[in-house]
Amino acid sequence: MLTKRIIPCLDIKDGRTVKGVNFEQLRDAGDPIELAAFYANQGADELVFLDITATVEKRKTLSELVNKIAHKINIPFTVGGGIQTEEDVSILLQNGADKISINTAAFQNPDIINRFAKNFGSQCVVLAIDTKLEADGNWYVYLKGGREKTNTLTMDWAKKAVDLGVGEILLTSMNHDGTKQGFALDITAALSSALAVPIIASGGGGNEAHFYDVFTTGKADAALAASIFHYKEVAIPHLKKYLNEKGIAVRI
Amino acid sequence: MKTVIIKYNAGNIQSVLYALERLGVSAMVTDSIEEINTADKVIFPGVGEASTAMQYLRERNLDELIKNLKQPVLGICLGMQLMCMHSTENNTSCLGIFEEHVKQFETKEPAIKIPQIGWNTITALKTPLFKGIAENSFAYFVHGYYAAKGKHTIATTHYIQDYSSALQKDNFYGVQFHPEKSAKAGEQIIQNFLAL
Repeated sequence: MLTKRIIPCLDIKDGRTVKGVNFEQLRDAGDPIELAAFYANQGADELVFLDITATVEKRKTLSELVNKIAHKINIPFTVGGGIQTEEDVSILLQNGADKISINTAAFQNPDIINRFAKNFGSQCVVLAIDTKLEADGNWYVYLKGGREKTNTLTMDWAKKAVDLGVGEILLTSMNHDGTKQGFALDITAALSSALAVPIIASGGGGNEAHFYDVFTTGKADAALAASIFHYKEVAIPHLKKYLNEKGIAVRI
Repeated sequence: MKTVIIKYNAGNIQSVLYALERLGVSAMVTDSIEEINTADKVIFPGVGEASTAMQYLRERNLDELIKNLKQPVLGICLGMQLMCMHSTENNTSCLGIFEEHVKQFETKEPAIKIPQIGWNTITALKTPLFKGIAENSFAYFVHGYYAAKGKHTIATTHYIQDYSSALQKDNFYGVQFHPEKSAKAGEQIIQNFLAL
């Protein structure tokens, strides 16, 4: 049976993990490679690396890092952040990334989805959508790390992107991100029901029950979180044991 | 031991290369007929679309080469599908090593996503390729087409229906999942292949 995936997310800046991570098992918690290997050994099903490096010249650091990660870990991983061209994608895939994620660039120029899917295959094109529930009761697409609102409904953009060839959608609710009050179940379920591609839910996971909720009510195929794993508020082996006991298929 | 990875227009070849490096094996990525013929082990990877990949292989006579190899050959994902008889993906005639046919997953159930992406179990494991691998071990899959069950099936997975997650005939092995991304079980399967 296909299992639900648990995905830790690592924010990378200038080749280092950004959020303060505190694992005594690690010699250097700022080292993304060591942290990635730690999560892989803990039973993470995939990893996502989000590069928030500001400058283009530092991008070389990212491809070198991706290469080192690919040599070290034996599970799939996605790399996102600032990807705009075929060359960006090609460099990351050649260095061993399994998938790339795109966000603002895809919204501003949807044709790149089509081109990336054609050149590299839909299976490696993940569309990240930052979404926010507004007072009018609708979920809108936000760009540039949530700084810029659009007038496009999240469902409309997701449907269009799937038609253009994205292989998965990573949906982050800005209303829920950082709250630890649970994932955005309604919009996640709405997208998952309407679209043929897997939905990775992100934002708001604060305890084990939240993951159960997003896999059942939220109909998510995978769930992503960052700080609760980094700060050991939720341990992946225990989370998977909990989900398994509650009847959710997970890889143990 | 000389291990080669067949270079063609359907990668992600790099992931396979790195997985071998993690096991201390240095492999050559090549489309040279001589290099492939003289290898001890041949890996035929692949992610992509069947007809484009077959066309590329035919144009370089790699199709005849692969069919006639005598050393152990491991097809991965699309590589395995191309070793079958035929794929409904753009109605493609494949290498015909395995008699099984490749079809697209179909379901009317909206909760089931196509392609299948993620970790699923492998069962009814046969041949030394799965030596030391427990029944119901997990492997990582990414595919929208599947090989039906047939006489060459050496591992079975369930997604919508039972299908062949691995095939074997003589020196030819194929796995639908990605051993290079399937954690420790995947590494064991690669090591088993290299030990054939």
